[in-house]
Amino acid sequence: MKPISRPLLYTLLGAALVLLSLVSMSAGKIWVPWSAWLNPTSDPRWMIVFELRLPRTILGIAVGMALGVSGAALQGYTRNPLADPGVLGVSSMAAFGAVMTLYIGAAMSMPWLMPVGAMIGAMIGIGVLLLLSGAGSSVLTFILAGMILNIVATGGFSLALNLAPSPWAMSEIINWLLGSLADRSVDEVRLAVPFIIVGSILLLTISKALDALTLGDAGARSLGINMNRTRVILALGLGLACGASVAVTGMIGFVGLVTPHLLRPLVGARPGALLMPSALAGAAILLLTDIIARITPSVVELKVGVVMAAVGAPFFLVLLVNMRRRAA
Amino acid sequence: MSSLTVTDAYVRLGEKAVLAGVSAAFAAGQITTIIGPNGAGKSTLLNLLAGLRLPDRGQIELDGADINTLTLRARAQRVAYLPQIPEVAWAVDVRTLVGLGRTPFIGARGLSAEDDAAVERAMIAGGVAAMAERTVTTLSGGERARVLIARALAGEPQWLLADEPLTGLDPGYQLDVASLFRKMAHDSGRGVIVTLHDLHMALRMSDRVIVLAEGRVLADGTPMEALSPQILAQAYGVQTRFWDGEAGPVIEIICGRG
Repeated sequence: MKPISRPLLYTLLGAALVLLSLVSMSAGKIWVPWSAWLNPTSDPRWMIVFELRLPRTILGIAVGMALGVSGAALQGYTRNPLADPGVLGVSSMAAFGAVMTLYIGAAMSMPWLMPVGAMIGAMIGIGVLLLLSGAGSSVLTFILAGMILNIVATGGFSLALNLAPSPWAMSEIINWLLGSLADRSVDEVRLAVPFIIVGSILLLTISKALDALTLGDAGARSLGINMNRTRVILALGLGLACGASVAVTGMIGFVGLVTPHLLRPLVGARPGALLMPSALAGAAILLLTDIIARITPSVVELKVGVVMAAVGAPFFLVLLVNMRRRAA
Repeated sequence: MSSLTVTDAYVRLGEKAVLAGVSAAFAAGQITTIIGPNGAGKSTLLNLLAGLRLPDRGQIELDGADINTLTLRARAQRVAYLPQIPEVAWAVDVRTLVGLGRTPFIGARGLSAEDDAAVERAMIAGGVAAMAERTVTTLSGGERARVLIARALAGEPQWLLADEPLTGLDPGYQLDVASLFRKMAHDSGRGVIVTLHDLHMALRMSDRVIVLAEGRVLADGTPMEALSPQILAQAYGVQTRFWDGEAGPVIEIICGRG
């Protein structure tokens, strides 16, 4: 399929984002028509829109953007279409870092500690990945290193749950691990969005290096790419973007994995060209999934992380089957 | 005219000295072939020349300047390198892949009109212009090899360093690639340095041959001098002789080590 032009692509993605944002502000248990927004004095539903749904929508966009661009960057760097922050354990290490701050109770008094913990966790995660895989960075070592990180982080959660001081703390941790955008306030927006923006911009700056990596590590270096610098920026960018995202929404998988795949037929396989579109499309996908989670009738509101997994897991499976078929 | 020299280079990998004092001056406008037994240090020497690895001791100079003092970008603009096992990780089209050769020239705005023109020239020179829109994963090994050479040409480098560029190619493509290299060296005045295993192709395509053995230069001269039966017996432990073939001299391998 012939790639579509960039301006058209950005127009389409931008339009989708605006539309989904408007729907996201209106949709939920209580449907708030757009007319109600215009009369803040007479209509009390205005509160729902601006106190609850606006922060939720902003976070949905920011976190979706972070996960989309992180997935595209990781796939480009590892030259592996199955890479994403969740698969490679970066998200779970971020969550582990955040859980530690929840667990020691410090996050209650100092809310900024949680994103810091998550970002440190994420950076340790990606740092371990880069160290373990070394300059050779074969796909297999990367995936294995990611598995190990996931196991370590899961062990950490289990320990934290096991030692949880109260049932309340336990349910807090579990709820948060499932991944949700519900009941987030302006405080969370302030905590996470600046880090997400800085991290995403860092990831966008390595697009040329990711392109050159199409020719492998030696190929990229022979083209004048400073791989050490690239690795540092990748680790910082992922740490900030994924860490801050996980800190405010918990673990939401599959956005980073799925988004670049949906875009490849539209923009081509060049990894650098996928970064910006993946950021926009990731935001749109997370918003859409969150809307679905909100309006699905159920006793307790579905968590967006759960809905994403329900959609993403089969996608992952189809991807694997297709890859096998192509390899055969 | 551009020059590339290596002076007294030592490289140690663990216990083993891969290069133990190698010196050579390479000339532009000709094809220099580095041959030698497995583990003689051919790829390592090529890596040094490409600036991908630093010698433990010794110096690499490009046009009289230590290669360390050049920025990565400036070096990459002048020296192109084709790895031994060329990797193409994504199913991009041929034009995009050849365009990667412009990486050392592009800024934040992507390929300029000048870059696009260089890519077109490289595709024509490499004989791959007809497949510009095809996806690299659909190409045969020989077509892919030519596309990757076109990628190296896209940067219009003064030097092309290719690590075993003929491995895995059928005889037709081997001659194709050899004539491409000859054109680059003889017509465009670039320096071409390749490593080869095939003695016959080394004899046929080189202007000059350097024989490496155990990390040292065993011979350095014209193909007929460097590939003489005495040198080959020393390097590989095989017995050879020259034959007069229709397209020039041929090396016959009479018997091996045993």
